[in-house]
Amino acid sequence: MNTSNLAEALNLGFEKKAVTHQQKTSLTLDKVNIRYGTFLAVKDISLAIYERQVTAFIGPSGCGKSTVLRSINRMNDMIRGASIVGSVLFNGYDLYAKDVDPVLVRRKIGMVFQKPNPFPKSIYENIAWGARINGFKGDYDELVETSLRSAALWEEVKDKLKQNALRLSGGQQQRLCIARTIAVQPEVILMDEPASALDPIATGKIEELIQELKASYTIIIVTHNMGQASRVSDHTAFFMVDEQKTGYLQEYAPTEQLFLNPRHKKTEEYISGKFG
Amino acid sequence: MHEQTAHPFGKRKRIHERVIETTLFLSAMLSILITVGIAFILIRESYLFFSDPDVRLLDFLTGKKWQPMIGLFGFLPLLNATLTTSIIAMALGIPIGLFVAIYLSEYASDRSRGILKPILEVLAGIPTIVYGYFALTFMTPLLRSIFGETTVEIYNTASAGLVMGILVLPMIATMAEDAISAVPKELRLASYALGGTKIETTFRVVIPAAMSGLSATFLLALSRAIGETMIVALAAGAGPKLTANPFEAAETITGYIVRISGGDVSYNSIDYNSIFALGLVLFLITFTLNLTSRKISSLFHQEYD
Amino acid sequence: MQTQSLFGTETDINTLMGKRKRIGLLWKVAFLFSTTLAILFLILLLLTVIDSSFGYVALRNEVEPSSLIAGKKSVKDFSRAELERVAATNLSSGILRRVEYEKPLEQRTGNDLVALLEQYVIKPKVLKTWGLWDSLTHTKAIDEYSRSEEGSYLTFKSWINAEFFLADQSADPLHAGIRTAFLGSLWIILITFLFAFPIGVGSAIYLQEYAQDNRLNRILQLNIFNLSAVPSIIYGLLGLAVFVRAMQSFTSGSMFSSLTDATANGRTILSGGLTLGLLVLPVIIINTQEALKAVPASLRMSSYGVGATKWQTIWHQVLPASGERILTGTILALSRALGETAPLVVIGASTFISVDPTGIFSKFTTLPIQIYQWSARPQGAYRNLAGAAIIALLILLMLMNSTAIYTRDKLAKKKRLES
Repeated sequence: MNTSNLAEALNLGFEKKAVTHQQKTSLTLDKVNIRYGTFLAVKDISLAIYERQVTAFIGPSGCGKSTVLRSINRMNDMIRGASIVGSVLFNGYDLYAKDVDPVLVRRKIGMVFQKPNPFPKSIYENIAWGARINGFKGDYDELVETSLRSAALWEEVKDKLKQNALRLSGGQQQRLCIARTIAVQPEVILMDEPASALDPIATGKIEELIQELKASYTIIIVTHNMGQASRVSDHTAFFMVDEQKTGYLQEYAPTEQLFLNPRHKKTEEYISGKFG
Repeated sequence: MHEQTAHPFGKRKRIHERVIETTLFLSAMLSILITVGIAFILIRESYLFFSDPDVRLLDFLTGKKWQPMIGLFGFLPLLNATLTTSIIAMALGIPIGLFVAIYLSEYASDRSRGILKPILEVLAGIPTIVYGYFALTFMTPLLRSIFGETTVEIYNTASAGLVMGILVLPMIATMAEDAISAVPKELRLASYALGGTKIETTFRVVIPAAMSGLSATFLLALSRAIGETMIVALAAGAGPKLTANPFEAAETITGYIVRISGGDVSYNSIDYNSIFALGLVLFLITFTLNLTSRKISSLFHQEYD
Repeated sequence: MQTQSLFGTETDINTLMGKRKRIGLLWKVAFLFSTTLAILFLILLLLTVIDSSFGYVALRNEVEPSSLIAGKKSVKDFSRAELERVAATNLSSGILRRVEYEKPLEQRTGNDLVALLEQYVIKPKVLKTWGLWDSLTHTKAIDEYSRSEEGSYLTFKSWINAEFFLADQSADPLHAGIRTAFLGSLWIILITFLFAFPIGVGSAIYLQEYAQDNRLNRILQLNIFNLSAVPSIIYGLLGLAVFVRAMQSFTSGSMFSSLTDATANGRTILSGGLTLGLLVLPVIIINTQEALKAVPASLRMSSYGVGATKWQTIWHQVLPASGERILTGTILALSRALGETAPLVVIGASTFISVDPTGIFSKFTTLPIQIYQWSARPQGAYRNLAGAAIIALLILLMLMNSTAIYTRDKLAKKKRLES
């Protein structure tokens, strides 16, 4: 079957993505097992995330995609009873080594959450604060503008930077959160279902933004929306859950390949909506 | 590749953070220090009290006369007065408080609640000395005019007890209302669905379900009444007296402590030590009541949260 | 064929229903009655206090104005010249010297001279006082009394007036005021706040943000709850033993000054403030914890997400978000401390003090204690004074609580407008 015909037929909206021959690995997960207390949430996760590419984590609910995502910037540390075995390497450095300061990790690996959560401060302050506490010594005005431009929000808010951020619409707030994350100059941006709380138009804007951002940042996005995953990502990891409710990595491949030519039956079933 | 020495994520020396955390921890530990302090002081001074040759523990607990001048240290009169005032307080506070709570949670409209709750808050915020004054200037004359001036002494425990009931009323009403409201709506709906009337639902379903929360409330209120000082200091009387008649004057444990310490007392006298011994008894009683109340309350929350 | 229902005939059911409804109605009346009683209690209490604070007073002068200047029944009728003359001749030498030293008679205002004469020459004495209710309804009996007492006259007095706030404790009920007590109360609350607020908020932050859910911290929580329910008099005993006695050199100030006052003792404002600080500490901790709990987790998460440390998150995000609730609760806790009597009596507030407190090492009395002392005295006039003092205390408390509620509402409104 001709690939492009199927793409049209399924209306998956693929663009022919340029295949980069030089795909440098940014993050490597190697046999990662995460427990909450005694419960094994995910087992033996091993995959490589490529620099400046968008990787999507998809899978049914409860399969641990958010758990894995959180382990990358050590946000699981916040959850009582969470423990991890295995390694998470970032540019070769073990993020869970004993002398690693998670606070610094989170600067390099930023996170955007499902429900937009700007600080109850002005738009300007939302962006400036993260930079300030990390010791930013440059021009704050410039930083704010650059970050807002990168998040495709500048034109909409440039006249009301002092306004409380909570007065923005949901979509704007989420772009603000992205701008806030960019302001501390990370290398990787993790997104945990960033558009699921937004309306379709706002969602579209976020998806466009992701495409722009990947030129500068490595992006991992958790999504339960397969159309989104296929539109937005270069690689897709499909997670599944077994009878003990433990999550595992079923299949990981370039997006086109995973969607058009899945190797595992479960992957195919999930993609075609046989279960959710 | 993993053995890099220049680790970009090396732990920044966050001494700042550690210092702050330690300071906060020490603040929290201060509360333990306070409890230890209370226990230590009370026990030590009590020990001095009981090691005085005039004082024997058995006599203390069972003796019917408290007259330090002649070496009698039986604390039953004080305990009796404390219990009399507290029981009278409960007799007034519990029914009225409970009924107000039922009204608030089951019957009152939003507008009524909007008026009633602030009133309860105001009542709760009035200092006890004002209640004491009220007992002296209103309650006692009232009792005397109802029951006659020969029956009711100028200082009496009934007056103090009744006003104490008013004092704990808002506390009981508020806490009981919380307990009643915490009973899930489903239980009420089940009763209505079976054709029960509102009052039947309230008494046969809601109140029993809220019973542990209510018990916790009553115990806490009792503890409060027992520890109350200024109302009895002003209205109940000075001088311990063992009597079953609430219209007579009698001094409670707290009244005694405040009278003795308010006067001239030298640090190494038996009077000084005695107030600590009594304080210890008071502390033990209220501590037991509070702890039991909390235990019952947590059982209650386990059921419904 | 109709099977007899086990619930009885239709009439039976109706009768039973009627009875059940009636019972319901009776109980509802009972509940409403209780509620009315509760409201009634509050009204009675306030009325009693108001009743004591206004009313007729029967006075008798030691020296009648008419005996000084013939034909004039009141000092207020004296002419300016007469006032000066009478003052110069009738004031005792000691008092005259002191008065002249403060301000010579010629320079004093007429009102001033009238007050002087009243206080030092005329010296009205209180024979009997009546409450407001009696004053309005039993005027005949009051008149009769006045007639029966030789030389007495009646005047309607509002026991709470400007002079009441400015005068100090005095043996003479007509000239007694709450200034000293009021200042004492303010000083003590200041110390209480300075001590309990940082420690209380700090402890709460630790318990809520840092502490793991382990045995030690559960015990800490339980301990704080118990402390909040301990009778206030026990705190008085603790304060007496620790602050007044054991730490006497600190609380009396003798360790800081080279002058060792022979009568230095620890019954100072510092001891009082620290004792009440211990008393309100658990309340502040519990309240602050509640405020911190109310801050949503997502705020903390987003802060950590940009690489903030724990303390940065607390200081810049969590505390600002919970600040107004913490403040409101603290003000309410302090207003409770303001009304406390027993612990300070046990500590040893002064029974008679006319010198205003000058610092934390001063001896003191407080407003509630003043009320206590006046209430305990048998002479009628002191009841009136106590009533007036209670009004003052209640006004002060009302101001504090309104401030708390006002700040809370205003800050809440500000937040709502912005979001």
